[in-house]
Amino acid sequence: MSHRSARHSRAIAVAAASAMLITLAACSTPAAQSPDAPAPGVTDDTVTIGTHQPLTGPAAAGYSSISAATQAYFDYVNSTGGINGRTIEYLVKDDGYNPATTQTVVRELVQDDDVFAILNGLGTPTHTSVLDYLNQKKVPDLFVASGSTSWNQPEKYPYTFAFNADYVTEGEALAQYATDEFAGKKVCLLGQDDDFGDEFITGAQNVLGADGLTSVQRYSVSNQDVVAQISAMKAAGCEINMLATVNGFTALAIGTAAKLGWFTQWFSSSSGADYPTLVGFLGEDVGPKLLQGFVSSNYLPARQGNDWSELFEKINTEFNDGAPFDGNTMFGMSVGYLFAEALAAAGENPTRESLLEAVTSGDLVGNGILPLSFGDDSHAAYTGVGITTVDQGVQDYIGTTYVSDGKGSVSVSDAEPVAVENEGVPASAE
Amino acid sequence: MSVESELSGRGASAADSVRASATGMGVGTPSSAASVARASTTGRRRTRLLGTALVLTALAIGGTFLLDPYRNYQLALVAAYFCATAGLSLLIGLTGQLSLGHAALMAVGGYGYAITANALTDAGVDGVARFALAILAALGASGLVGLLLGLAAARLRGPYLAGVTLALVIALPAVTAVFSGALGGDQGLQIAYDDVPPALATIIAVEQWQAWVAIGAAAVVVTVLSGIRSGVLGLRMRAVRDDEVAARLNGVRAGRVKVFAFTVSAVAAGAGGAVLCFVTQSVSPGAYTLAFSLLLVVAVVIGGLGSMLGALLGSVVIVLLPWLIGTLTGAMDLPADLTQRLSGNLPVLVFGALLIVVTLLWPAGIRGALPARLSLRRRVSPAASSPPTPAPPTTAPEQPTQE
Amino acid sequence: MDRLLFLLATGIARGAIFALFALALVLIWRAARIVNFSQGAMAVVATYVAFAVTAFTGSYWAGLASALVAGAVLGYVVDRGVMRFAPHDSPLAGVIIAIGVVMVLQSALGIAFGQQYRPMAAPFDQSPILIGGVPVFSPYDVFVLVVAVVVMAALALLFTRTSLGLQLRASAFAPEVSRLLGVRVSRMLTIGWMLAAAVGALAALLLVPTELGLSPHSADMLFVYAFTVAVVGGLDSPVGALVGGLIVGVAISLVTGYLGATVAPIAVLVLLVAVLLVRPGGIFSAREARVA
Repeated sequence: MSHRSARHSRAIAVAAASAMLITLAACSTPAAQSPDAPAPGVTDDTVTIGTHQPLTGPAAAGYSSISAATQAYFDYVNSTGGINGRTIEYLVKDDGYNPATTQTVVRELVQDDDVFAILNGLGTPTHTSVLDYLNQKKVPDLFVASGSTSWNQPEKYPYTFAFNADYVTEGEALAQYATDEFAGKKVCLLGQDDDFGDEFITGAQNVLGADGLTSVQRYSVSNQDVVAQISAMKAAGCEINMLATVNGFTALAIGTAAKLGWFTQWFSSSSGADYPTLVGFLGEDVGPKLLQGFVSSNYLPARQGNDWSELFEKINTEFNDGAPFDGNTMFGMSVGYLFAEALAAAGENPTRESLLEAVTSGDLVGNGILPLSFGDDSHAAYTGVGITTVDQGVQDYIGTTYVSDGKGSVSVSDAEPVAVENEGVPASAE
Repeated sequence: MSVESELSGRGASAADSVRASATGMGVGTPSSAASVARASTTGRRRTRLLGTALVLTALAIGGTFLLDPYRNYQLALVAAYFCATAGLSLLIGLTGQLSLGHAALMAVGGYGYAITANALTDAGVDGVARFALAILAALGASGLVGLLLGLAAARLRGPYLAGVTLALVIALPAVTAVFSGALGGDQGLQIAYDDVPPALATIIAVEQWQAWVAIGAAAVVVTVLSGIRSGVLGLRMRAVRDDEVAARLNGVRAGRVKVFAFTVSAVAAGAGGAVLCFVTQSVSPGAYTLAFSLLLVVAVVIGGLGSMLGALLGSVVIVLLPWLIGTLTGAMDLPADLTQRLSGNLPVLVFGALLIVVTLLWPAGIRGALPARLSLRRRVSPAASSPPTPAPPTTAPEQPTQE
Repeated sequence: MDRLLFLLATGIARGAIFALFALALVLIWRAARIVNFSQGAMAVVATYVAFAVTAFTGSYWAGLASALVAGAVLGYVVDRGVMRFAPHDSPLAGVIIAIGVVMVLQSALGIAFGQQYRPMAAPFDQSPILIGGVPVFSPYDVFVLVVAVVVMAALALLFTRTSLGLQLRASAFAPEVSRLLGVRVSRMLTIGWMLAAAVGALAALLLVPTELGLSPHSADMLFVYAFTVAVVGGLDSPVGALVGGLIVGVAISLVTGYLGATVAPIAVLVLLVAVLLVRPGGIFSAREARVA
């Protein structure tokens, strides 16, 4: 008798669960898409795209303002009538920097929200977990927010495109700058204990030689105590200290060194070199002093003193509730601009194919300090970086730009920064 | 009232039953009459269990036809979590061992699956053979880690064990970073994609196929766990939990029972991790955080400790609630800043509150709140495993026995 | 050799904070037989209060005082509001409820204050003083050590030399007898919670200036390490918390310094398992750990 009721209980439970799910569901059979149907996410007057970002969780601190900036840029474009008469709807999903959540929210975006493309998914471990999925589903996966070299594999991942200059390139450029300007000094490196650190070290060693680094230290994001590492670098007599660190740990490294009475030269990857953010961590009182002479690489317009920064600052005031204007704002809006440019070039009636063609055509220019290198055989956005320094609280380019040949050597480039046209709204297709 | 109060009124009966089976039959050499009676009951029980499992699995698979791909993906997640929560529920509910590290055990299963699947792909093996071997490897790996952990756990009491398992899940990213050559550091491992078998390709989408596989795996795992739970092993586990000394006096090897429970629970978690790896084609440490481990505990507590049905309901809740809350906050026209703060935090707040409220006020969980007749099967085990003694009153609803 | 000295000093300074936090865990364990998994989250809430008060008044000391008060209030609220209703016959219920409290507090902080780090200044210089050319303790480290020693001494005095301490101990170890003898056991329990929560808040407040800044997750690792400390020392033993804190602090510092930061969490796990396998009740357990 009790067995019978056991069966009943399970049957009832399943029936109840099914009933609940049915109400949520629509029917599913794999249907072939008719060629005339509009692309997913595209209507007569909107284009819907999505992204996954760490809005919560421990990683949120550094990055949660990026998508808000991108959104603000799209609001600006939409206020001028959008691209080819379509406004851009940007769906931002929080993944808490957790790959499992990324997988869920990206499937939700693709299957439930029917997005046209995924834009600027943030983070190496998170985005890696959906790379195969997006390419299987043939969803354009544009301008990933991470400097991993994984995104530039046109053969394996034809739908994925990078945005950041990759970490190898940054390591190479900073090492080359050290060699060119600080010859004979002892170069050391502090890197995160993941691909960020690994690839940055590879880049530095490409230029300096396998034993060119006097001391290589690693840190783990779960341990906010870098005294042991910094004291080892100090003891090794390091003079140029390269950093593959996120903003918080750049600040920790510099702050810890200062506590040890060590005031040295820092060379940081763009991922951890945002001046206002660093001052926020270090404090208004000592931050500017500790950051004087701070060297870093970058590929986007500087935060002040150029046409792009003026335009974006205006957009930030008007469409982003005047949120602090920092490197994340610049990054987010630059991503938005590049997507708008690609969408405009994808034609009057954009499809996923035409969007990819627009990106690989090599005609996109973006807004960086050097040209984009997208093409049929390159899904890397920027293959070079410029050197910036901090002087009297102003972080700006010094005019030296390095380009990597992708084979381990870098050369000085004379590329010109891209100028603002049409008030920062990419011209629609003719 | 206690999370264990389900059994607090029955601890004596569990111990009595053990004594009956131990003294009446002898531990190793059961008398023939008793053994015949017992074998036939056991046989009937097994047949019924298998029948139930088949019917429910068929129902669940039929249900996938009603769902769109994203819902099928969510269903596959529920099935994968169900493997882990069922094992965890058995462990906490029946033996009273609290593990906060089941996410790490799931990760072990996921890595076991991914490493084997990749090696087989390189060796040119694919299809069912690859899946089956990789699953076996996942179960073996998680079972081994579970056994080692269980050996340590058997010596430890509540908070100490909770602490060790907590340290384990915290150490997981460090382990993957130290062995980044094999485990891929924080990016983890990616595996090749298993497409829908050609025979089914015109009928079902890949998400539906993945849901089928996940449901099938969960069905096997939960059927085995149900068998253990309602069998003599389950009885011994309860006896050890209720009064270890009394259980030992009655011939139950408490240490072995605990180690066994931990290992089985680890294998179930490993199966869940392997299924997740199959569904998402990847495994990485960032997916198996302490927060996720705690979420598994939330699922089994909310669902009702010790209950398989509860574990299922708990898994449904932890998959659907964040999504529901996200949809609700998205639908309300809140300021962007507030939406951003609410997005990841509100589900955690609700889960935390649920955990407190359920433990304090509703210790039998959702399962306990279902109509009483649904809970009758809680009474199955003593009856089934002690045939010579009069069966305990199976008709009395369970709730009133609680204090 | 210089490096060893330096790492030892760093480890001791950090270990003092672990010890203080572990002491808070031990206090609650002794009083209520509950491992307070929500200690970290409660301490972070109190630290947010201190942050706000310091920002408002400009005084670190006002912030410190408010953290102690806020910690005690939280201890009262968590005990009387939630834990008091936990079933006593199960060791699991308390742990599970505490986990629920962590989730509620952390997400509430996230909703109220967002996730960004808020830098907190230390009241003293953090540059180490050179002794024989080797950087050893900074003034702030010395401050932390002094605070830790003073708090521990004060608690020892409280428990061994005062009537309140005697009542606290009595109600923890023999609640029924104490009740018969006129001790207000329930009130003693609450006082235990308030004391412990205040000490935990103090530990978190001391830790945050050495890290990136204050965020809802600031005390996550502090809890894990301090729990290891408490277990290594023995959950029943305040002396164990002190010694365990130094052991774990130094071990983490040495492992990080010589083997790398990545290995530290593994070292903690190994240490924990090793100690528990040899002594399931911790190094300073007088006997087999009491059945919770």
